[in-house]
Amino acid sequence: MLIITCPWCGARPELEFRYGGEAHIARPADPSTLTDEEWADFLYNRTNPKGLHAERWRHVHGCGRFFNAVRDTVSDFFVVTYKAGETRPDIAGDQAK
Amino acid sequence: MQKFSGLELLRRALGGHKSWQPQWRNPDPKPEYDAVIIGAGGHGLAAAYYLAKEHGITRVAVLERGWLGGGNTGRNTTIVRSNYLFDESAALYEHSVKLWEGLSQDINYNVMYSARGVLMLAHNIHDVQSFKRHVHANRLNGVDNEWLTAEQCKEFCPPLNISSMRYPILGGALQRRGGTARHDAVAWGFARAADARGVDIIQNCEVTGIRRGADGAVEGVETSRGFIRTKKIGVSAAGHTSVVMAMAGVRMPLESYPLQALVSEPVKPAFPTVVMSNTIHAYISQSDKGEMVIGAGTDAYTSYSQRGALHITTHTLDAICELVPQFRRLRMLRNWGGIVDVTPDRSPIIAKTPVPGLYVNCGWGTGGFKATPGSGNVFAHTIAKDAPHPINAPFTLERFRDGFLIDEAAAAAVAH
Repeated sequence: MLIITCPWCGARPELEFRYGGEAHIARPADPSTLTDEEWADFLYNRTNPKGLHAERWRHVHGCGRFFNAVRDTVSDFFVVTYKAGETRPDIAGDQAK
Repeated sequence: MQKFSGLELLRRALGGHKSWQPQWRNPDPKPEYDAVIIGAGGHGLAAAYYLAKEHGITRVAVLERGWLGGGNTGRNTTIVRSNYLFDESAALYEHSVKLWEGLSQDINYNVMYSARGVLMLAHNIHDVQSFKRHVHANRLNGVDNEWLTAEQCKEFCPPLNISSMRYPILGGALQRRGGTARHDAVAWGFARAADARGVDIIQNCEVTGIRRGADGAVEGVETSRGFIRTKKIGVSAAGHTSVVMAMAGVRMPLESYPLQALVSEPVKPAFPTVVMSNTIHAYISQSDKGEMVIGAGTDAYTSYSQRGALHITTHTLDAICELVPQFRRLRMLRNWGGIVDVTPDRSPIIAKTPVPGLYVNCGWGTGGFKATPGSGNVFAHTIAKDAPHPINAPFTLERFRDGFLIDEAAAAAVAH
């Protein structure tokens, strides 16, 4: 089981959290102007990287708040967690966009 | 290829079994092939076999980063069934079950397909309604599936506890033609049969890039053993599909999750069928070696780690202990994880891609083993003709753009 550090509550076991998928996918401001390809890309396509992954978690059985994390999907090691709304921290050796 | 038969076995036994040849060659990659399949799992090897057998394309290489059958083909719980709800899925999985039924003869390799039945249990009113709907939909599609009462479930599978549990069994949907097959034998059998028709299976050869020409079409693959020229690439890389497709600049509607399974110590025959329960998250069957083969769920988060959390496994074992109380004293022997690629609608993608010459067979999620021969068969057709077979025509990448999802989340076993 993973130990996840909630930016508000500190380190807690994984069971207190719910996974929220890839982070930093902003809903388009005006969906009606998007092509079908762009809309499908927003809805369905995911980066799914082997390596560092920015993702959302929600501390459902704690403070209830969403936050973001950067995790290595090969080792499941959490590099950093940060509050929702903050930009993704620049991590050395991070090749992802 | 040395043909396997009872007589041949007897003949070679008299010679002390010293005259058997290796079942497949271990060739070095050639500079060019007519088609390259990435991934020597069951699906990739089946595609190579059917390319050679049905389409006469024998200059084919199957590239494998590790060893053949070492990924999800060797890690799954070997269940075969075709009782899916929608017409598109029923056609695809039924095509596969029909191939399973004659597969051992076709590839001259005993894949130990055992139609012992797959029983899906209902524990609440929603399950009952949903499974009955499946039974009727299957009947209209010519797929066998029948409704059993709780007592009939108990009669069909006596070890089941149908009443003294938190979520008592209200009935079940039984597909009698469903069952299990030997997963390793499927990989080995397809490898041997493809090799015999001239297909090169190249292991320990990792694809590191996909080279494309000025017109965007594929020109070949960069590998850890050098560049291989080809005009057709079939990606059959399961959990690593997103990684391989990114080499060609294609974003996929996929996420990769760890899926766990475990086996018990081997015991005498004690469990006659395959039992699955979506609601309490358990599925179980007994292998011919005697081990209880148990499938757990996926972890909540995407990962390539090939291992999952312990609480996922114990959650499944809790359910197994309620469902089959006599197994409470069984000890578990091994557990492991595999990485499964899951699509938003839980249906696979077997299709052409926006890149000319690049084809993909992916998104099998937690249930790809059952489809191995059928999937390879229609994928080979797609690669050979540069057009889908009618059976896989609905399973495109574009269905996500066009809104034609094939939403099988309800039929997809227990993991979602």
